[in-house]
Amino acid sequence: MPQLVSHPDEVKVVSRRFGQGAAEIDKYIELDGYKAVQMGIEQGPEWIVNTMKASGLRGRGGAGFPTGMKWSFVPKTSDKPKYVLVNGDESEPGTCKDHVIFLHDPHAVIEGTMIAGLAIGAKMGFIYLRGEYRYLLKIVEKAVADAYAKGFLGKNIFGKQGVDFDIITQTGAGAYEVGEESALMESLEGKRGVPRIKPPFPAVVGLYGGPTVINNAETIANAPHILLMGGEAYAKLGSERNGGTRLFGISGHVERPGVYELPMGYSLRKAIYEVAGGIKDGKKLKAVVPGGSSCPVLKADEIDCGLDFDQMAKAGTMLGSGGIVVLDESVSMVEFALRTIAFYQHESCGWCIPCREGTDWLKKTLTRFHAGGGNKKDIDNIQYLAENMMGRTFCPLGDAAAMPTLGFIKKFRSEFEEYLEGVRVEHPLIHIKPVGELAMAGAGH
Amino acid sequence: MPDVTLTVDGRKITAPAGTLLIEACKSAGLEIPAFCYYPGLSLQAACRMCVVRIEKVPKLATACTTTVSEGMVVQTETPEIQQARKATLQLLLGNHPLDCPVCDAGGECELQDMTFKYGAADSFYAEPKNHREEQKWSPVVYFDRPRCILCYRCVRMCGEGMDVFALGIQNRGSSSVIAPNVPSQLAGLLNSGEDQAQLDCEQCGMCIDACPVGALTSGTYRYKTRPWEMNHVATVCTHCGDGCKTTLGVRSVTDGSEIMRADNRDKSGMNGDFLCNKGRYAFDFANSTDRLTAPLVRKDGKLTPVSWEEALNFAGKRLRELRDQRGPESIGVIGSNRTTNEENYLLQKFARTAIGTNNIDHHRTADYVGFAAALAGRVDATASQRDVLSAPAILLVGGDPTQQAPLTAWNIRSAVRLNRTRLYVANHQDIKLKRQAKAFAQVAEFGYGAFIDSLAGSEAFATAVRAEEKLVVLIGNELRGADLAKLIAVFPAAKVALLADYANSRGAADMGLLPDALPGYQALGSSAVAAEYDAPAAPGKNLVEMFDAAAAGQLAALYVVGSNPVTRYNVDPATLKATFLIVQDMFLTETAILADVVFPSSNLYEKAGSVTNHYGDLQLVSKAGDRAGVRSDFELIVRLADKFGHDVKQLVPFGKRQAGIRADMGQTRGAQAGEADRHAVWLTANSMEPKLSPFDPFAILDEIQRLVPGYDKLLRLQLLSGNDQHLAPAAGSLVQIANRNDLVLPSNDTLFTSGSLTAYSPMLQDVQRHESREVADRLAAD
Amino acid sequence: MSTIASSIFTPDTAARFDKLATIYPLKRSALIPMLLYAQDEIGFVSDAAVAEISQRLDLLELDVRNVLSYYSMLRTVPAGKYNVQVCTNISCMLRGGYELLDHCKNKLGIGHKGVTPDGLFSLEEVECIGACCWAPAVQVNYDFHDDLTPAKMDAVLADYAAGRGKDVK
Ligand SMILES: Cc1cc2nc3c(=O)[nH]c(=O)nc-3n(C[C@H](O)[C@H](O)[C@H](O)COP(=O)(O)O)c2cc1C
Ligand code: SF4
Ligand code: FES
Repeated sequence: MPQLVSHPDEVKVVSRRFGQGAAEIDKYIELDGYKAVQMGIEQGPEWIVNTMKASGLRGRGGAGFPTGMKWSFVPKTSDKPKYVLVNGDESEPGTCKDHVIFLHDPHAVIEGTMIAGLAIGAKMGFIYLRGEYRYLLKIVEKAVADAYAKGFLGKNIFGKQGVDFDIITQTGAGAYEVGEESALMESLEGKRGVPRIKPPFPAVVGLYGGPTVINNAETIANAPHILLMGGEAYAKLGSERNGGTRLFGISGHVERPGVYELPMGYSLRKAIYEVAGGIKDGKKLKAVVPGGSSCPVLKADEIDCGLDFDQMAKAGTMLGSGGIVVLDESVSMVEFALRTIAFYQHESCGWCIPCREGTDWLKKTLTRFHAGGGNKKDIDNIQYLAENMMGRTFCPLGDAAAMPTLGFIKKFRSEFEEYLEGVRVEHPLIHIKPVGELAMAGAGH
Repeated sequence: MPDVTLTVDGRKITAPAGTLLIEACKSAGLEIPAFCYYPGLSLQAACRMCVVRIEKVPKLATACTTTVSEGMVVQTETPEIQQARKATLQLLLGNHPLDCPVCDAGGECELQDMTFKYGAADSFYAEPKNHREEQKWSPVVYFDRPRCILCYRCVRMCGEGMDVFALGIQNRGSSSVIAPNVPSQLAGLLNSGEDQAQLDCEQCGMCIDACPVGALTSGTYRYKTRPWEMNHVATVCTHCGDGCKTTLGVRSVTDGSEIMRADNRDKSGMNGDFLCNKGRYAFDFANSTDRLTAPLVRKDGKLTPVSWEEALNFAGKRLRELRDQRGPESIGVIGSNRTTNEENYLLQKFARTAIGTNNIDHHRTADYVGFAAALAGRVDATASQRDVLSAPAILLVGGDPTQQAPLTAWNIRSAVRLNRTRLYVANHQDIKLKRQAKAFAQVAEFGYGAFIDSLAGSEAFATAVRAEEKLVVLIGNELRGADLAKLIAVFPAAKVALLADYANSRGAADMGLLPDALPGYQALGSSAVAAEYDAPAAPGKNLVEMFDAAAAGQLAALYVVGSNPVTRYNVDPATLKATFLIVQDMFLTETAILADVVFPSSNLYEKAGSVTNHYGDLQLVSKAGDRAGVRSDFELIVRLADKFGHDVKQLVPFGKRQAGIRADMGQTRGAQAGEADRHAVWLTANSMEPKLSPFDPFAILDEIQRLVPGYDKLLRLQLLSGNDQHLAPAAGSLVQIANRNDLVLPSNDTLFTSGSLTAYSPMLQDVQRHESREVADRLAAD
Repeated sequence: MSTIASSIFTPDTAARFDKLATIYPLKRSALIPMLLYAQDEIGFVSDAAVAEISQRLDLLELDVRNVLSYYSMLRTVPAGKYNVQVCTNISCMLRGGYELLDHCKNKLGIGHKGVTPDGLFSLEEVECIGACCWAPAVQVNYDFHDDLTPAKMDAVLADYAAGRGKDVK
């Protein structure tokens, strides 16, 4: 079971009940559980949406879209049923924060789902977990069953006549792309996890053709807390235009890896050196991937920025999913780039040409390069490929592969060049073999 | 929808709101490249070739999914866009085998064309390509995976278009692959020798045509020729009654010109890009080595090859003797429903005016006499093939278009899918089109009469159908005579069509290959044709009666043109022992083998003329294939008439008949694919006669126009330009149908059979074997 | 009572499938869970499972195969009783994921997607499994094992070999 960590700088909102047995419904209730949703029923949808807007909460799935605004986009009336969809597909490398929420506070997700449902007028919500989270599914399933047993879910919830809400839990079966919102809907409808054409956007035509709000599990788990503490109070915890706190998973070469809840805008440097205890084994910092593997890498001297969506954008990268991956001096960027791209190549859904072919080509080139069969032209080719994937793919997965690649090449070009001269790390981490005999022959015209 | 105005590449263009940008541009003459976009199929936005720059949109946008809006400003060919497209092509080519020199699609490949346009020729891909052996999915569909660019056209064509869903997408990412519906491990169940995945489907080959590259290739065409080595001739399919336009690719060979393939990729004609299995592949009978290529005369009991002169002389003289000795009533003539209108007309004219008998018939596959009678007096009452596609509501009574009229089925499906047409199906079987039907009425077998009565009732089906204001009623051949008339009478405002079986079943009836009706269903005794023909006024023997007469020793001679009644009507060969039998056919059929004289004839792909599909749509057929040693049925009838001693000019009004009309010395040259027969058009436009030969079928078209009601409306320029035109035999002094024997014998053909031709099409037999095996597999698996 | 006359699944699973097909606004939504549960029971998604599931959900078998082949957790060939899935994605790689993978390869004598001769173990190198902060991590069937070293891994394997391992289903 994942170990809980803590640090004095943490501001515990969404993680408030972690480690207290709140997966049990009675404990959850004891810790103010299911109060917020009842407030929501009393106060009505407009109040919920306004509170959410005031909180400045931005989506924790990666894109950082203001949640209150998203909820307000759902049309008031609709011929088709509306739905709430909780994205618990958590698959971005470096990210494991939803994992701990499902483990320690599943009812917060359930309650948040109900609140979102109240806000948009949906009577059904889905909690979709990645297939690998089967043990978490069982925890969530039990929590849902307990909530039904208490009359919190189903018909006339909390004894309120005419207020109905149902929750269905679901898992995927291994596919990163299914974390993309429309691909998630396809998957939930029993199809291949290929994204949909937008527009129409999910808020208008989503799951089963009905208006749908889709949010990350952490985003949803925040909703009850926000209703309880008030939007403004929540907003104040964070930085400008970035309300509240966020779960940051700090992993890689740090002394105390773990999931920490820090206020938005918290210093990245402090997160690494203080919260996570600094670089492991006293080594030197080389680089940081600040928000999951799709975010462009920051060099050791670029980490003096605040952990919020805007400051990270200013730093030329992204806050993404909040998965901070720390690399010490021993890491070869060639190797790290290869491992990153290998992931996107494996996970590209294959629908569109630039992503399907681009990731494949990048992986092959990097594999050969890594194995010692590269040449100078490869470095340009890698950059060319990535530049020509950027912004051209059907969904953002293509960008997610291209952005870090461009980062590696631009910021560590000399390392790629030195690699060609035979400057390698002593202990290569990756043991991927290049394909075919030709692979060693090198690229070029 | 109201029009909106937008600016594309600096030009103001207008298009109805809601139009896709790619279509709006196309209408304005601006071609935006696309792989995955295919009109009429669902949108994919997968290939990213159609990217354009739209003002105020941050990223490049796909023109295939963007709808036009007022004031939109679009750039379609800036350096940025060209670079995006070039990069996409480079990415595709990176893993592409680049085997254009041996690829079937070479020269007509969209990937080649775009690479040519965007210049993505430089390759910096050093890795070995993902090679996969090509796979044979069925006798007619092969798949070459490395060439596939994953545009998903085939998958959509098969699913959305054909409603078959036999193709899918499997795996993901760069392992994504198009897969057929029988996986290899199941395809091997029956020791079929195939360990490859197999396609269990209608084998229409639409996937192959839709494929922009050479990933899907045709079993009958692959590796045979290059597109530019062929002539492409637009003509009409010979198989079913739908009359699809098809473009035949032909290549010269030592003994004529061989048909290499059939498709309608240029989407001209009423079938758009549609062709079914038979239309696409079953031209192979024409290339069969079993073809007769020399006339045969029975000598010492054996059919022996002789010269044309000998055969024609012998047949003509003998026929004349028998007519003179035993009277015209002892001679019978059986025509074909695959020969042209001109040939059919000529044949009955020969029977009626040269021999002097009404003993003429053909294998009838629908009751067109009853149909004409039921519609007598109504104008604009018949539906064309095109009407089906645009009808707001369709009632299908009887029939199974999916099997027997595949284009009709395609049009019905397309109408339902794209235009939300309401389809009502009444049938005694669960036909496949039930899937598209808004309502289905179960009819008892032979219970169509009762069903028609129920249409007056208050059941939901009846009231819904009656409430339709613009209804097209499609009728299967189950309905004949009184039932047919009754059904048509229920819908006085509807447009109706009666479905039959072969390319010119309708034309055979229209042209009067009937013992009791003259061309245009006119009465034998009193009509314009009757007056001109001076033929006997009493009905002749129908086909069955002819064989009865033969059995009784009363049929002195029988002239059979392009028909195999012995098999079709299960005739005992002994019946014809005492009958002098002349047969004109491509093959030594069960009928021909009994003949005294056999003339090798050409088929519909080897001649010019016109045919009428079951809707009454008239189309031009052009000569595409050719076979040394065979002659057209038209020529053979004329030559036989000559040897029979008849004045050929009476039969075929050819040459200068009026002073002052100029004639051209050349024959029409036929049209190229998608192109009008310019020569003939030009001649006609200049009031010159393109007919100097008695063997030119158009020499008789004037007479058809003059004497066959309905056909008087035909526009020659339309015909010669290769356009279909809808005709309806007009009312007049039609035959009376009381107590008439309709003699309809449906062929019961399926997608993989085509009457007697089935036996001569190796492809059809292969496909039948394949399908029966797949079915067996399924059963074994369940 | 199962809605399918002769289900290939155990009565419990068949009953679960009966229910799954009813809870969604669209029956087809049950497809991916059904495939997973079928695999949990049979060890892989067999042709017979594809046939039954397609029948249950009114889908074409092709449709089921299209979906099945998309998801990386679903397999059409048997794995070992305990499928050892070693994450080598970035966070795990930085903390010894590859070392762990190599260790497992040596220990079990099999490679990626291999199965031990006794059918007890299979090995897979997998993408990020959502345990980055407790890296390097391994999943055996559905159970997580965090913060591993080769020595700890040996203990995990020994537990499973001795039938002491947890088997979440
Ligand atoms: C390729 C890709 C993968 C994604 N994976 C996830 C994921 O695993 N979890 C998640 O919450 N959001 C993921 N997203 C983001 C979702 O599409 C969506 O923006 C998010 O669920 C919205 O929730 P939020 O507004 O609460 O962030 C992914 C997006 C893309 C393009
Ligand atoms: S960018 Fe294209 S291929 Fe990649 S995951 Fe998105 S849709 Fe699929
Ligand atoms: S045609 Fe628009 S993306 Fe393919």
